[in-house]
Amino acid sequence: MRAPLAAMLHLSLLCAGLLLSALACAAQYVKYVTIPAASFRTALPPDGKSASAATSTFRMRAMPVTNGEYQSFVRQHVEWRRGQVAALFADAGYLRPWAANDAFGPHLHAGQPVTHVSWFAADAYCRSEGARLPTWYEWELVAAADEQRKDARDDARWRERMLRWYSRPSTEKLAAVGKTAKNLYGVYDMHGLVWEWVEDFTGIMVSTDNREQGDPDLRKFCGAGAIAVGDRENYAVQMRLALLSSLQAAYTTGNLGFRCVRETREKAS
Amino acid sequence: MFVRALVVVMVAMVAMLTLAACGKKGDGSTDSVSGVSDTGGSAKGDFGPPQGEPIKAVLTSPPNVPPPTLRDKPAKVIVDLEVREIEQEISEGVRYTFWTFGGTVPGSFIRVRQGDTVEFHLKNHPDSKMPHNIDLHGVTGPGGGAASTFTAPGHESQFTFKALNQGLYVYHCATAPVGMHVANGMYGLILVEPPEGMSKVDHEYYVMQGDFYTTGKYREKGVQPFDMEKAIDEHPTYVVFNGAEGALTGDKALKAKVGETVRMYVGNGGPNLISSFHVIGEIFDKVWFEGGTRFQENVQTTLIPAGGSAIGEFRIEVPGTYILVDHSITRAFNKGAIAMLKADGPENKAIYSGKEVDAVYLAERAASNLAAVSQATKSAEAGTLTLNEQIKAGEALYAGTCSVCHQSNGEGLPGVFPPLAKSDYLLADPKRAIGAVVKGLSGKVTVNGKEYNSVMPPMAQLNDDEVANIVTYALNSWGNKGAAVSAADVKKVRAQASVASKPSE
Repeated sequence: MRAPLAAMLHLSLLCAGLLLSALACAAQYVKYVTIPAASFRTALPPDGKSASAATSTFRMRAMPVTNGEYQSFVRQHVEWRRGQVAALFADAGYLRPWAANDAFGPHLHAGQPVTHVSWFAADAYCRSEGARLPTWYEWELVAAADEQRKDARDDARWRERMLRWYSRPSTEKLAAVGKTAKNLYGVYDMHGLVWEWVEDFTGIMVSTDNREQGDPDLRKFCGAGAIAVGDRENYAVQMRLALLSSLQAAYTTGNLGFRCVRETREKAS
Repeated sequence: MFVRALVVVMVAMVAMLTLAACGKKGDGSTDSVSGVSDTGGSAKGDFGPPQGEPIKAVLTSPPNVPPPTLRDKPAKVIVDLEVREIEQEISEGVRYTFWTFGGTVPGSFIRVRQGDTVEFHLKNHPDSKMPHNIDLHGVTGPGGGAASTFTAPGHESQFTFKALNQGLYVYHCATAPVGMHVANGMYGLILVEPPEGMSKVDHEYYVMQGDFYTTGKYREKGVQPFDMEKAIDEHPTYVVFNGAEGALTGDKALKAKVGETVRMYVGNGGPNLISSFHVIGEIFDKVWFEGGTRFQENVQTTLIPAGGSAIGEFRIEVPGTYILVDHSITRAFNKGAIAMLKADGPENKAIYSGKEVDAVYLAERAASNLAAVSQATKSAEAGTLTLNEQIKAGEALYAGTCSVCHQSNGEGLPGVFPPLAKSDYLLADPKRAIGAVVKGLSGKVTVNGKEYNSVMPPMAQLNDDEVANIVTYALNSWGNKGAAVSAADVKKVRAQASVASKPSE
């Protein structure tokens, strides 16, 4: 009970603080769940070798942002409507399946995750919710869990389950959010629905040529340089990293959505 | 000694001629042993800036190959290749998600000329879930284009390279996890023609081998996901030509006519296995091994590495079906590595007769016992044949002809082949037994209270003496006590229009 209450409290304070319409806030309750601080094995060791990743306590949206939520956002934020968004912030595919510039229309559902959104757009949305995009480590930490375990990544059967979704084209209609099994933290859809933006995707820098190891050309990548993928037997995580590293911040694709996180002052339990 | 000296002189002369001829083709070095000059490689592959209007490359789906470029000048060639992720059959009733260059496995065949400037556009379909890129082994430059073509779903990349080296090259996706991208079918071939082009042949075909890893067993029906563990262990479920079991068999077999020359551009996408590529019933007149510049002649099986290629040529001399296999042969029979080339045209019995003899061969094991058979034959001619001689001869003949089904102990196989030992069916009517041997027996019979329904072919190769001896042996073995059957009895039965082969119910 504590986490949802805290989330609601936070949301109402936020609404008051930002002087947003009380009506809009009341209309949508967005569930965030607390993810305790952690240190864990990562596919992208900070030292490029084997160091653990560390995350502070944060709260994560239990589900990705939906078409319905994003429609409310663009109705309030004209500059993020299709047709009005600056080309610098979103490519030509931005909200392409939508029926109108400010409406997803009858052939999509309010409950489906929003896709065809750029990093800039996702970032702006999260800000509007008093949140930000998760970092890769935050996302990776939560995605490592299954229904019972904090870290299911070494389970061959779990990996196989992951791969089934990862290896199929995205030609089928997207399901609504919250239909996959809830993981240990109470978060849905980390796998099996959409790719998700992360805040620091430009720092992920998986070599575009998978066979380069040890001496990549640093200039080809943003940030601190290429980091060899640490989890070589986990193809699912490699695919996600490859996807993220193929993107630019204005890119949109048909299977890429996002969720937000909030920082918290709560101590790790 | 004299002959050897002459040969040395001749070799030297050939070497000199070759030397003189190679001045125009690169002034590359000459191998002092073989007397063969090189083509100069990439250093001699730049024929200057592209000339004329840019040309859009003709891309073809396997097994087709684009037409020759027929150019004598370097051109700018634009290649548009689209990546698509598609689900289709890898075997009958078995569906698999392939990642493809151009919608097929292997990907579209690309054909350019040495010295061409290739403007390459890689388009990743919006329905793709994955980012993809392309490494062309025919590119001179780090990564072969991989970094320059890394493309998110619904996006497009472009890069340009000059095709400096002639040859047949593999291209493939190099995105992480690269093994999975290749295992899902992301490979194809690009032919960089030598400046003078390829010689004219009647057919050019595109064949490419690949290994596939599914969670289900070979031919297990339904949608079969990629199996990462099997891929890492290099234990493929399928090894196939052109992306599916049966992609080049039956109606989809490659076709040619007698007297025609067939050239195959053969690649091996892997990701893991090396191919021992072989065409059953043909000999490659020429193989440009490893897809390079030189050819070897008269080759049975050519090794094609993963990520490598070969060009093979042969002339069809006689009609029939030629089977293409990976001669690591369990892959052919248990994993799908079979393709076909069907050749029509007139028979040429002087080159290949077809089957001329189809006879029972008793081999050495039986040969020693054949003494008993010839003894029986002699005695029969002399009119002194004894029951014992007949049984001995019959035993030898039975071992070579009957025991496979009825077993050497005469007990048959339950439910399949009826027993002869203590068989009511046999003992009740020896004449009927003669008929079964001579004319065969099919349909239901009841033996010792059990029903059998199978087919015994007529043993037409046996003469009257032999049948008589076999039946006599059967009537007097394994506890059976019966009379002797004579050659005359057999002759009588053989003469009858129809045999009493109906079951006695």
